[in-house]
Amino acid sequence: MNTPYESRPHERGWLARFDDAGALLLAVRELRGRGYTQLEAYTPYPVEGLAQALGPMRNRIPLLVLLGGLAGGFGTLLLQWYASVIDYPINVGGRPDASWPAFIPAALEMTILFAALFGIVGMFFANGLPRLNHPLFDVPGFEAASRDGFFLWLRADDPCFDAALAHDDLARLAPLAIDRVGS
Amino acid sequence: MNTPLLAPRETFATLTDRVSDITLERPTGRLWLLAFALSFVLTAWLGAGIVWLLAKGVGIWGLDMPVAWAFAIADYVWWIAIGMAGTFISGGLYLARQGWRNALNRYAEAMTVFAVSVSGIFPILHLGRPWFFYWLAPYPDRMGLWPQWRSSLFWDFSAIVAYLIVSVLYFYVGLIPDLATLRDRARTRGKQVFYGLLAIGWRGEARHWQRFETLNLLLAAMAVPLVFSVHSMVALDFSEGLLPGWHSTIFPPFFVAGALFSGFGMVLVLGIPLRHFFGLGDFITERHLDNLAKLMLAAGLFVDYSYASEMFNAFYSGDRYEIAHAMQQLTGAYAWVYWTIIGCNAVSIQALWFPRVRRSHAALFAIALLVLIGMWFERFLLIVSSLYHDFLPSSWGMFYPTFWDIAFLAGSIGLFFLLFLLFVRLLPLLPMFELRKLRARLEREGA
Repeated sequence: MNTPYESRPHERGWLARFDDAGALLLAVRELRGRGYTQLEAYTPYPVEGLAQALGPMRNRIPLLVLLGGLAGGFGTLLLQWYASVIDYPINVGGRPDASWPAFIPAALEMTILFAALFGIVGMFFANGLPRLNHPLFDVPGFEAASRDGFFLWLRADDPCFDAALAHDDLARLAPLAIDRVGS
Repeated sequence: MNTPLLAPRETFATLTDRVSDITLERPTGRLWLLAFALSFVLTAWLGAGIVWLLAKGVGIWGLDMPVAWAFAIADYVWWIAIGMAGTFISGGLYLARQGWRNALNRYAEAMTVFAVSVSGIFPILHLGRPWFFYWLAPYPDRMGLWPQWRSSLFWDFSAIVAYLIVSVLYFYVGLIPDLATLRDRARTRGKQVFYGLLAIGWRGEARHWQRFETLNLLLAAMAVPLVFSVHSMVALDFSEGLLPGWHSTIFPPFFVAGALFSGFGMVLVLGIPLRHFFGLGDFITERHLDNLAKLMLAAGLFVDYSYASEMFNAFYSGDRYEIAHAMQQLTGAYAWVYWTIIGCNAVSIQALWFPRVRRSHAALFAIALLVLIGMWFERFLLIVSSLYHDFLPSSWGMFYPTFWDIAFLAGSIGLFFLLFLLFVRLLPLLPMFELRKLRARLEREGA
C-alpha cells in the first residue's frame, strides 16, 4: 500500500456527474470522438447502448455458460457411465448397464447447475469483483451512482490525458460537477 | 386496467429512498416483533421435533404399514412447489418482458429460497438415518458403492441440489446492485460494513452492467426449464411406483401446474400484507395484484383439468384397481379431504373471474390462503390415498397423524416465516435497480 498514486494512473483522473442517461451517453460519444479511450461510465441502472458507446468490450459470459453446461452435462453422463459400466456393473432385471435414457435426468440438472455456476463466477471475475475498496469510493458524491447519479470517469492512463485539457474537455459538456479521482 | 406499473410520482431518487429506508431507517415495528416471536416459537417446536426424531426415529410420526409416507413427504412436495412460482415470476416473466414482474421478483425469489430450504429438511429427515443423507450423493466412498442412477430418487436428489444452489445464487446476484445502494446510503458504520461486504464492491460501471444483464438473461432462460424439470422429478418419484393413482404419465405436468398454483397463492399471501404494512402501493399496484390473481386462476384451471382427467382416465381405463382408487377418493375414508380440495382448488377460485373480487384485497388474500390449504391437502391425499388402499384388502390400513406430525408441519411454516421476516428487515424488499430501469423505460415510452 506504499505505492504512490502517481505510479497508478489507471486509478486517477476526473469524474464528471451528468443530469441523466441521455446527457451521459452524449458526453461519452463526444469524448470518444475526441480520441479518449480510457473512459468508464457509472449509472444507477443498466443503460442500453452505453457499454457499446464506451468502446469494444469482451463479454464472454455466454461462452462460459455454454462451457459450464457442457461440462456439467457430459461430465454427469460420463460419471454415470463409468460407475455403471466400468466400476460397478449391476444387472437390474436385464437392463443394459449403460441405460442412457435413465442417465439424462441427472445430467440435465447438472447441466443447468454448472452453467449457472460458470456464468456467475465468470461475471464476478470479468468485472473484477469482489473488490471492496476503490478510489472512486473516496470521491465525494459518488454514492449517488447507486441512486440517481450518472457519472463519467476520464482515466489518467488515457494516452490523450492531460489533467488541465481533460478538465476543460469535460467542462465543455456541461456536467453537474467535476471531481478529482485519486490524489 | 390502465393503472401505471409504477406511480408517476416515484422518481429514481424517491423510489430508491423509499425502498432503502424500509431497511435502513424504519424502526422495528411491534407487529413485526410479534410475528417474529410467534415464528420463533413454532421454529423451536420444529427444533424440538428434530431432536426427538433423531433420538427416537421416524416412528414418532404416524407412519406404519401400509402408509409409510405421509406428512413429511406431503410437506416436502408442498414447500418445494411453493418455491416454483418465485422462480417463474423472476425467470419466466423476465423472458416474456413483463414489466410488472419488477416489483414482485425480489420477495418472490426470497420466498423461493426459503421455501426450497425448508422443503429440503423433510426428505433428509424421513430417511430413517438422516445423518447418512450424504450417501445419496455420488462420491468415491469406502464402500465402493454408487447411487442407483436409474432411480427417480437420485434424479430428485440432483434436482433439489441444483435448484437450491441455483435459486440461492440467482437471488444473491440480483441483490448485488441493491446491496450497493444500501451500502452507499447506510449511515452507521455497522450497516456500511455489513452491506459493503455483501455488495462485494459493486459500482455500477456500464460494462459491468452489460455482463450482469447478460448473466441475468441466461440465468432466467435456464431457471424456467429448471423449475419445470425439478417438479417433474418430484412427480416421477410417484409415477415410477406401481400403485393405482400414482402410476400415471399425467403426474409431471400436473405437479408443475399445482406448483405454480400454490406458489402464486403464496406470492399473494405474502404480497398483500407487505404492500399494506410497508405502504408499497406505488410499486405493487392494483394491476400487479390483478395480474397475479389471473395467473393463479389460470394455473388453478389447469389443476382442475388434471383432476377431471384423472377421474376420467380411471373409469375409461377399465382397470378395476384404478376405478376402486377413484371411488375411494370420492366416497372412501378420506373423501372429506377430496371434497375439501375440490372446494378450495376448484370452487373458490371461480370467484376470480369477477374483476370486483380481484380488486378486493381481503377476498384475494382469503382465496390465496384457501388455495394453499387446498394444495397441502392435495399433496397429502395424493400420497395417502394410494398407499392406504392398494391392491390387497388384507393390506389396507388408515393413517392417523401424531402430535409430532403436526409439529413438523407447523414448525416448517414457522421456520419459513422466521426467514422471511428476517429478509423483510435486512434486505431490500423490492429490486430498486430494476424499478429504476422500469422508470426509465416508462419515461421513454411516454415521451
